[in-house]
Amino acid sequence: MKALVPVKRVIDYNVKPRVKSDGSGVDLANVKMSMNPFDEISVEEAIRLKEAGKIEEIIAVSVGPAKAQETLRTALAMGADRAILIETDETVEPLAVAKLLQKVAEEEQPGLIILGKQAIDDDANQTGQMLAALMDRPQGTFANTVELDSDSVTVKREIDGGLETVKLQLPAIITTDLRLNEPRYASLPNIMKAKKKPLDTKTPADYGVNIAPRLTTTNVSEPPVRQAGEKVEDVDALVTKLKALGIA
Amino acid sequence: MKTLVLVEHDNASMNDATLAAVTAASQIGEVHLLVAGENCAAVGEQAAKVAGVGKVHVADDAAYGHMLPEAVAALVVDLMGHHDAFIAPATTNGKNIAPRVAALLDVMQISDILSVEGDKTFTRPIYAGNAIATVQSGDEKLVITVRGTAFDKAETEGGSGEIEAVSGGTGNGLSEFVSQDLAKSDRPELTSASVIVSGGRAFGSKESFHELLDPLADKLDAGVGASRAAVDAGYAPNDYQVGQTGKIVAPECYMAIGISGAIQHLAGMKDSKTIVAINKDEDAPIFQIADIGLVGDLFKIVPELTEKL
Repeated sequence: MKALVPVKRVIDYNVKPRVKSDGSGVDLANVKMSMNPFDEISVEEAIRLKEAGKIEEIIAVSVGPAKAQETLRTALAMGADRAILIETDETVEPLAVAKLLQKVAEEEQPGLIILGKQAIDDDANQTGQMLAALMDRPQGTFANTVELDSDSVTVKREIDGGLETVKLQLPAIITTDLRLNEPRYASLPNIMKAKKKPLDTKTPADYGVNIAPRLTTTNVSEPPVRQAGEKVEDVDALVTKLKALGIA
Repeated sequence: MKTLVLVEHDNASMNDATLAAVTAASQIGEVHLLVAGENCAAVGEQAAKVAGVGKVHVADDAAYGHMLPEAVAALVVDLMGHHDAFIAPATTNGKNIAPRVAALLDVMQISDILSVEGDKTFTRPIYAGNAIATVQSGDEKLVITVRGTAFDKAETEGGSGEIEAVSGGTGNGLSEFVSQDLAKSDRPELTSASVIVSGGRAFGSKESFHELLDPLADKLDAGVGASRAAVDAGYAPNDYQVGQTGKIVAPECYMAIGISGAIQHLAGMKDSKTIVAINKDEDAPIFQIADIGLVGDLFKIVPELTEKL
């Protein structure tokens, strides 16, 4: 079966984002961008399933600007077989991304779609669930362990109190949590090979999807700044402070 | 506006995150609750007593026993004919179910709101809490998840909601619950604890993590948290993790011990009232936001602190 792996180009997770002074957003000019960390985990999981002989082909797909090609090339260098870029310079909300992915899934008929649980820029945590809803397929979110069979997938999920296991009929949608796996690095030879792998470029219009945003961001501001307090010399001073605050 | 709030419960009581969601809902409009589950009648009665609640819809059916999103979302969509907004706490259940509801209603969800600014205007954190966005929905119906620590808990007494049994969609039958493995803990639940002691990689082993932190937590009646590094190293189970990808907490006092203070960790705890940092590296970023800092070796400090409290 095929696996479809959506990936997003986001600000690198090590970069501390700066809010623009006019409140219009976060300054992304000249900022290092990378593949969303959860999506790396998705790509890795798909590759491991392919290495285990359970998946034949991995298709990476991204919605975003022309530069998102780099993100797709990274996925190809890790081990994806081909890529699709749905190119747009507009802001695309999770609902619109889910609708685009639904169209891609209709064309490609993947048995499994593996997404990251959330993107570290908008922190929405929606796209996978929305895609599952639009396709009327089962969802296994926050996956900690994935066991794929020919007609079903068993997913151990990270939930608030611990872990939960669900069994889903294929095709199914999975979203990855941090502890699903440790993504591999792309080797230099594989990066070179990835340049020759197929990458199709499409537009939202090719799929007939209206990506007009439903939400308007009227302002983006800095969170309230916490001031550093004081350092105490020893445990006795700490205990005195805690007692003064009524904590101990 | 009529809001429908998803009640999260364990068949015995509703959780604090739900009560915070009720407060948020009351700022938007008339509050109705949905108690879905199997043998959840007792929770329905409790829910009816929550201050300010109108109707309490109780869907008692085996299909909702484990809150599978396929079934619960279908139920919610059936009820949304009579409601203008669906509101869920931003817990793993809420995050699992709400976007499915949103897509079925063809609306964009607003995740993890911090405040209600107007009829359809809300604030929410983006970029791991490094920016706060004010967003306005252009959709007819709203689907919202609520950050539990950003709203006060609704009073659990004083209300007189009207209980109504409901039934609805039971999903596509393509998913089934297999098993659950819940971490057992006698300590206060992390997201509602008033004091949290949290440990990082500096503990070095699972044994020292528990030997040092558990007695301190006992003294303070505190919840125990962990950084991602400590969880990844196996010192603590994953549901201890505090941060952007773990739990968001805002206790009265958060003690970060042997935690450097990476962006992703701060996203989960920087709204705590008092932050105490204990770290041997005086340049650790955690000291930039800590109210009280103590530089030193946690293996000496933590036992001494436990003894002197």
